[in-house]
Amino acid sequence: MPAEKRMRLDEAIDRFVEDGSSVALGTGLETCIPFCAGHEMIRQKKQNLVLIGPISDILFDQLIGAGCVRKVQAAWVGNVITGSGYNFRRAYEQKRLVVEDHSNLTMTMALRAGAMGVPFMPSKTALGSDLPRSNPGLKAIVCPFTGERLMAVSAIRPDVCIIAVQRADPFGNAHAWGNLGLSKEACLASEHIILTAERIVAPEVIGSDPNRVLTPAFRVSAVVHEPWGAHPSPMPGFYNRDHQAFLDYQEASRTAEGYNRWKATWIDGVSDRKKYVDRLGSERIQSLALREHLISEPADFGY
Amino acid sequence: MASYTSQELMVTAAARHVADGEVVFVGMRLPLLGFLLAKGTHAPNAVGIFELGIVRDSAAPAPILTMGDLPNLYRANWLADTGDAMALLQQGRVDLSFIGGAQVDLYGNLNTTCIGDLQLPETRLPGSGGACDLACLAGRHILIMAHQRRRFVPRVDYITSPGYGDGPGWRRRMGLPRGGPSAVITTLGCFSFDPRSRRMRLETIHPGVAPETIRSETGWPIDLPEAPPETTPPTEFELKVLRRFDPQGYWTGRR
Repeated sequence: MPAEKRMRLDEAIDRFVEDGSSVALGTGLETCIPFCAGHEMIRQKKQNLVLIGPISDILFDQLIGAGCVRKVQAAWVGNVITGSGYNFRRAYEQKRLVVEDHSNLTMTMALRAGAMGVPFMPSKTALGSDLPRSNPGLKAIVCPFTGERLMAVSAIRPDVCIIAVQRADPFGNAHAWGNLGLSKEACLASEHIILTAERIVAPEVIGSDPNRVLTPAFRVSAVVHEPWGAHPSPMPGFYNRDHQAFLDYQEASRTAEGYNRWKATWIDGVSDRKKYVDRLGSERIQSLALREHLISEPADFGY
Repeated sequence: MASYTSQELMVTAAARHVADGEVVFVGMRLPLLGFLLAKGTHAPNAVGIFELGIVRDSAAPAPILTMGDLPNLYRANWLADTGDAMALLQQGRVDLSFIGGAQVDLYGNLNTTCIGDLQLPETRLPGSGGACDLACLAGRHILIMAHQRRRFVPRVDYITSPGYGDGPGWRRRMGLPRGGPSAVITTLGCFSFDPRSRRMRLETIHPGVAPETIRSETGWPIDLPEAPPETTPPTEFELKVLRRFDPQGYWTGRR
């Protein structure tokens, strides 16, 4: 009988994210970003984290603003619908933050190399760009077979990755659907995996559709039941993107003082995700509900 | 004639570069609208690839602000991984892409990483996202950006997304398998690249813009024809389709 891995979010973050850990977050790019977990890291005042991800929308900016981050390995850090991430800018311009610049493809290859257990993956991107100037993990090489010039991308193996999924059972079997971004590579490459799930379901539900399973349960360290855990990013099957939250954050984070006020309200001022959702209010929550459902045709997995 | 914003003119000019049936790798912000407009007008068979791992050949059924908004996932052709979208790109299955930028030079090299010195920049920008990959690997790419002297510089401070480097033959020497910028669409005009010198040149000037303005807002001596042709403004139909996808004018400056 496999072990149950259900725990509270604060327990999971306390156990698996240490000061100095490298943490992959926001591997869905613009969807399913585990904001709940980032906020809990801020509440626990984690220090010297290395954040890994392609885009992560404003979550990286929030962690940087709270002083949790030493280094970012990412393709893009900002606010997708408005542009700049102001905490990211301030921290870098004041030399408080190290950035290793990736593209979405080099980040995919870095995590895939980690997932495959090899030191690097070759690619044809970033040749001639200045990315290798701000990323020691990128080096032009010559293909031993064809003589082509290639960009080698050094492996990344995060200490932990945190993925927001739709449903999981208590053992770590989970269904994720929608676009998955780099989530599969990140899971395979990471030492620990924390899943935050909108719903906890029976193992039979997950077992009825093994093609939709994100990663094998034996690799999962923690399962956390956290409804609305990805808000304000969208969660397919559950809720739409809360654009207003991203616009409000842009205004609030223009200054460090403004960011601190925002953080006092939305992170420090709520002890957990339940309180955060209460603060959003039922009207706001209802406005994000799916308006058009689309239920897939069942697939027969029998024999 | 219908009135339109500068962004609406730019999006329309961008959309007209999409040929029907082409495979387009669609970036965030204005490019997202350019693709939707092309699909809704002259290129109904264009296929869109999105870096989140989405392939779709129909427009999203409701307005979207990001490519991850759920209407963009609704009845997609394929919901997959970023690696899958990048596989199509790296193999050479993408005809065209659009990229927005902060700083560009006369060879179409684009910078979205830092203004000034990398170690001590005046401004740190968000970075590549997928832009570097598109500039390296799409069949051709189109840059969309504001035309200001501080942005149009002789040499970018950092090449995030390669154009033609320092001129003819550079991309081949670097090992890039194909591609290069085919056009630059700015707030002042539409530009292309001379096939021999690989330098940016004016194609059309936007209505109401003086050639002198382009000269003064470009940080290198740019050759301009005596009487450059005007950019064709958006038609009533194009504006109608565009406003259906951006009803609040979030991207097109009508808010």
